[in-house]
Amino acid sequence: MSKRIRILIAKPGLDGHDRGAKYVARALKDAGYEVIYTGIRQSPEAIAKTAIQEDVDFVGLSLLSGAHNELFPEVVRLLRKEGAKNIIVFGGGVIPEEDISFLQEQGIEAVFTPGTPIQKVLNFIESKKEKVLA
Amino acid sequence: MIDEIVKKILNGDIRAIARAISWIENDLPDKEALIDELFKQTGRAKIIGITGPPGSGKSSLLDRIIDLEKQKGKKIAVLAIDPSSPFSGGAILGDRVRMQKHATDPQVFIRSMASRGHLGGLAGATADALKVLDAAGYDLIIIETIGVGQTEIEVMNIVDLVLLVLVPGLGDEIQALKAGVMEIGDIFVINKADKDEARRVKAEVEYVLHLKNEDSKESSNPIFMTSATQNTGIKELVEGMESTLQQMEESGLLKERRLKRLALELKRILSSKIEDHVHHFLNTENNLELWLDQLAHRQAAPYQLISKKVKQVLKEFKKQ
Ligand SMILES: Nc1nc2c(ncn2[C@@H]2O[C@H](COP(=O)(O)OP(=O)(O)O)[C@@H](O)[C@H]2O)c(=O)[nH]1
Ligand SMILES: [Mg+2]
Repeated sequence: MSKRIRILIAKPGLDGHDRGAKYVARALKDAGYEVIYTGIRQSPEAIAKTAIQEDVDFVGLSLLSGAHNELFPEVVRLLRKEGAKNIIVFGGGVIPEEDISFLQEQGIEAVFTPGTPIQKVLNFIESKKEKVLA
Repeated sequence: MIDEIVKKILNGDIRAIARAISWIENDLPDKEALIDELFKQTGRAKIIGITGPPGSGKSSLLDRIIDLEKQKGKKIAVLAIDPSSPFSGGAILGDRVRMQKHATDPQVFIRSMASRGHLGGLAGATADALKVLDAAGYDLIIIETIGVGQTEIEVMNIVDLVLLVLVPGLGDEIQALKAGVMEIGDIFVINKADKDEARRVKAEVEYVLHLKNEDSKESSNPIFMTSATQNTGIKELVEGMESTLQQMEESGLLKERRLKRLALELKRILSSKIEDHVHHFLNTENNLELWLDQLAHRQAAPYQLISKKVKQVLKEFKKQ
């Protein structure tokens, strides 16, 4: 048996800046994870359907445009609706401090703001590893 | 558990299909029973391989091909294979980006796969994933791999029809010939036909194919000029794929290929099973160090040592 962790990196919303998302994707690849990348401007529905088809363990959402309070929870909702209870969702981007606890209540397990060292993202994935591999 | 997932797969349940492919990728013990159950329900799908250098436009072409095949009411599945990093074992699988407009379409299933770390080889894992998709009722299954690297090219041995994509601007196109890649193509696609040099590439390909087909008159490979970005030549290509498959069906070539594919699979399964048993019996994992020590001190020689081990295995084999 040789389970590899699969992570979907997706960009919902309208902004076309994917440097951050690509940087995270590369770092995850270098850490030995399989990263599926969707490209920019994805609807929550497309992200959820992609996560199911790709059978990923994590979905990382990246957003700069400010619609995170609507789009992030919508992805979680659609995933759960499709029966994917086990997929762990995290997010990153320009997200004000005061929105973070709201997002966490909505099932986004971690939120990374600009300037977060990439190691923190890797530690987060690592900390969930056992749950994912079980 | 197996019965349940098999039932769901046969019903076309996306989550079950996706899960099953993960079982295969992760080489779960239940994989074998699953594949055996599904096998009886396979053989209906047409399987196309698309290969060519990175950046030649394979994924962009697939996006366009899916557009047309969808209109005919077909269910389409794509397995897009990208290389794993030899250093970290990780991978970035980005083929989907070009096909993402189909992500929410219930007629289309797209799955990305990393090339390395598959027991029994990439071709083995791909062949098993194909069975899941075939049994799930996809009419057309398309596998994308880069046309460099032995493991990736091997995958093209398990499809019905191979599209080889070439483009201008890659420098020495004739390189492809040297690498033996030209041999595997059934249909040649010169993509990026919107660029000036595309015609020259076509002339080169025609020349090489002329050499290849010199001694067998009936086997001439069709060549299509396409532009995935400008959406030209795709209809002709799709029609060409269809008529080539039909010819293959009529001439018996398709049946022949599928039998060859099964033969490859059987040999692969047999070899890996035998290997497992032998290693288990000889306890290779624990004994390897000892054997190496004997070799390092020149107390044994490699062929002699292995012959002795093989004799042990055969003796045990006769007893049973
Ligand atoms: N000019 C031109 N560019 C194309 C064409 N097809 C694809 N491309 C571009 O080539 C690049 C690689 O395409 P992609 O489909 O990812 O290639 P792949 O690596 O073979 O799957 C992208 O930037 C595409 O937009 C084409 O027909 N003409
Ligand atoms: Mg591609």
